[in-house]
Amino acid sequence: MAQENVDFPIPGKVLSVNVSQGSEIKEGDVICMLESMKMENPILAPCSGTVTKMELSSGKVVEAGALVCIIEY
Amino acid sequence: MLGFFEVGFLNLTWGSIVMLIIGGVLLYLGIAKNMEPLLLVPIGFGVLLVNLPLGGLMESIVNGQMVESYAVGGEPAGIISRIFRYGLAWEIIPCFIFLGLGAMTDFGPLIANPKTLILGAGAQFGVYFAFFVALLLGFSIQEACSIGIIGGADGPTTIYLTNKLAPHFIGATAVAAYTYMALVPIIQPPVIKLLTTKKEREIYMKPQLRPVSKLEKVLFPAIAAIIIILLVPKSAPLIGMFMFGNLLFVSGVTDRLADTAANAFMNILTILLGLCVGCFMSAENFLRVDSLMVFGLGIVAFATSTAFGVSLAKLMNLVTKEKINPMIGAAGVSAVPMAARVVQRMGQQANPKNFLLMHAMGPNIAGVIGTATAAGIFLGMVG
Repeated sequence: MAQENVDFPIPGKVLSVNVSQGSEIKEGDVICMLESMKMENPILAPCSGTVTKMELSSGKVVEAGALVCIIEY
Repeated sequence: MLGFFEVGFLNLTWGSIVMLIIGGVLLYLGIAKNMEPLLLVPIGFGVLLVNLPLGGLMESIVNGQMVESYAVGGEPAGIISRIFRYGLAWEIIPCFIFLGLGAMTDFGPLIANPKTLILGAGAQFGVYFAFFVALLLGFSIQEACSIGIIGGADGPTTIYLTNKLAPHFIGATAVAAYTYMALVPIIQPPVIKLLTTKKEREIYMKPQLRPVSKLEKVLFPAIAAIIIILLVPKSAPLIGMFMFGNLLFVSGVTDRLADTAANAFMNILTILLGLCVGCFMSAENFLRVDSLMVFGLGIVAFATSTAFGVSLAKLMNLVTKEKINPMIGAAGVSAVPMAARVVQRMGQQANPKNFLLMHAMGPNIAGVIGTATAAGIFLGMVG
């Protein structure tokens, strides 16, 4: 199965996490909300599949390029 | 008994009822729809307050007589008319808002990708387009400048310029600029969709821009202030404050000042400005042919700026190797960060892999500089 690594495009603080390891998601689903530059930014799934790695929690401060999750499809 | 005749109900007019409904709509959009609440809630409540008869918030004394509305040549006597006179008409609040904006602005995306400056400058086309249309419609050159600047979607700059050139229009232009800033998520998407294909909206841009060093960030506000003010001296109050606020933010040694400028100070100014703008929307000020024309021309200016920004981005794609998503051109209007947020949302809708926020912030910030500079050019021309 192919894998897609989803990274944070900008630094910020994770406000909420909408999926967990093992979740089935569709392309365009909101994976988590990131607060950055005083805005709430949804991080969307770039493809449909199963979340195989997800270690995020609300309140975590992340850098650009940090891993959001891995999706297998 | 005489007090009975002072009851507001007896003094309600159809005009004030219409304005109360408009105030209610603005509050609804701000509170229920979460549409730019920091702007729409103070403006909407100001509209309610000023259209309740006999409240006296905007009273002025003209030739010894008390009048209900703000008079440019009169003495302010109401709480909001005083704030308006000494805060807005004296140009203090708009310039200090630029100080706060500077302290909130990260010039990193602009420094990392300086070609976005062109998009910010290009999106000012709507300002000049509406200026010429207003002239053709019979407005004076000073009035036309004040109407045109609405196209920049920059409230403080609009107030600053109108107060200098056409103070009798300050209510209409300020309300138009702030309303259109708040309504960016409604006005821009159809213009963007009209001018771009689905394939163009899907164009992927790598989210990572090159890292910008601290030295670059510290030097930028100082050098930009020197160059812009030498080129357009009349832009000094706005650009000077903007760049000073930014220096507080990036210098690393004035964090307390930057924090105050960006948060507490900015919040106080936003409350005062929002209430003042709302209180200028009394029925006699707003429900007039010339005010409604200013409103109509304002949206022409704003839509044209958006359209020209997008078109310029498409033009850039013809000559550059690395394609840009043309939607980021729409962020060249200076409604920060509303326009960038619209581009970000539409970019994700078209292609979930896209994250255009940082790319859109470049032209968006350049747009602030562009609109303040356009105001300086107008002032140099006719001020």
